[in-house]
Amino acid sequence: MQFFTDNFPLLRDAFLTTLGLSLLAGLLALVLGTVLAAMRVSPIPPLRGLATFYVETFRNTPLTVVFFFIVFGLPQIDFVVSFFVGAVLSVGLYTAAFVAEALRSGINSVGPGQAEAARAIGLTFGQSLREVVLPQAFRTVVPPLGNVWIAMVKNTSIAAGFATTELAATLPRLANANAGDILLILLAVVVGYMLITVPSAYGIHRIERRVAILR
Amino acid sequence: MRITRFAAAFAAAGVVLTGCSSEAGNQAEQAASAAPSVATGAEFAAGTTMAELSEAGTIRVGTKFDQPGFGLLNPQGVPEGFDASVAAIIASKLGIEASGIEWVETVSANRESAITEDRVDMVIATYTINDKRKQLIDFAGPYYVAGQDIMVAKGNPLAITGPDALAGKNVCSVEGSTPAENIRTKYPEAQLTLFDVYSKCADALTNGQVDAVTTDNVILTGLVAGNPDGFELVGEPFTEEPYGIGITKGDDEFRDFINDTLEESFEDGSWAAAWDATAGAISGTEAPEPPTVDRY
Repeated sequence: MQFFTDNFPLLRDAFLTTLGLSLLAGLLALVLGTVLAAMRVSPIPPLRGLATFYVETFRNTPLTVVFFFIVFGLPQIDFVVSFFVGAVLSVGLYTAAFVAEALRSGINSVGPGQAEAARAIGLTFGQSLREVVLPQAFRTVVPPLGNVWIAMVKNTSIAAGFATTELAATLPRLANANAGDILLILLAVVVGYMLITVPSAYGIHRIERRVAILR
Repeated sequence: MRITRFAAAFAAAGVVLTGCSSEAGNQAEQAASAAPSVATGAEFAAGTTMAELSEAGTIRVGTKFDQPGFGLLNPQGVPEGFDASVAAIIASKLGIEASGIEWVETVSANRESAITEDRVDMVIATYTINDKRKQLIDFAGPYYVAGQDIMVAKGNPLAITGPDALAGKNVCSVEGSTPAENIRTKYPEAQLTLFDVYSKCADALTNGQVDAVTTDNVILTGLVAGNPDGFELVGEPFTEEPYGIGITKGDDEFRDFINDTLEESFEDGSWAAAWDATAGAISGTEAPEPPTVDRY
């Protein structure tokens, strides 16, 4: 118990950093991913090409390399952001590619008749996407998006190596200072992640049931 | 056409990679010449750790595999540096050949557990002696006293003269290290940026993302040697970090034996020779005065 009371402020701050990093990166990934998915199904070839290029680039690059690029590469061309913002950008831009692919699979699962009918009653491409296709697509992709979210929460641990003191970063510090309590330290960090992911999984399940449509 | 272009790109990448590794290669050649002569017919009282090790002809040594000048893995997979050389001196006194040393990688966070769980016989890994660690293990030595220093960009544009000048400055170190803890507790006005390895601190300093890098002087001199046009050391070390040899708690006979061996090596010059061939060769410094062994 001594160990927890001594290190509670550190663990609490690290947990809040992980939570904040996850929420901000998740928001960025959701917005950017939706735009990318819309681009990928748009009738305009340059937009499709651009979105495909983005998705393939970020989906096929290890996250650590993305971090290196943003934290150490961009400053070379005088684009310097704080380390926390760099972590949000790295995780968010990387995860956006996965969100886009999950959404695209959802869009493809909406029968072509739906889009055709929307266009037939005079909706533009944007309107038919916003009003008819995407609302149905989001419903079918709740479980895969949940997977992407949980994977992303755990991926934020890469930020430990890039000057962001989140949960995983407390491991080496606490382990070096309290060599006798390694198991307790691991337990504390794991519980920290589970405080985010387990309620998330429950929430995702609830949303999934609420928006389910019988086909 | 397409194939040649790919080949050209690979060749270019290859040049970059070999450029990076040549420094380590040089160290390896220098270190190879400093093998101590093995004691023959070493006799130890039955039942002691020394007798067991000597009879087995092998010893498990925990060291760092990524610390230039102290313990850095060479292309053959054997660590080289000052720590590795000191280990070889002790092994030779036990009558164990260099080939009989079984190297185990220990990083800062797992050195105590490597000893308490009996995965190694001793740890020589830039291991600072302190009271918290003494509760779990025992230390022989010290065999070297490092000190925390500060590295800044060439020309010292922010005029950082010592640890007190770090207030309000962004200073970089490694998460979980003693130097980072020192700054956190004794100079809380400095802003700490913590990476997992020191090479990233050097990158951040080059980019101007941090104002200074702080850790043990021996590590910093290695970084300065790698980029003498970009970095410089501030000056006088402001802490004492006595590097000891970690062994099982309570094994006083083994501890005395290591301490005797160290004192012998201080006197017969093998300690200084090991320094000159390893850490001294990288930093370009003479071997310092040997420290006084602490028989607590």
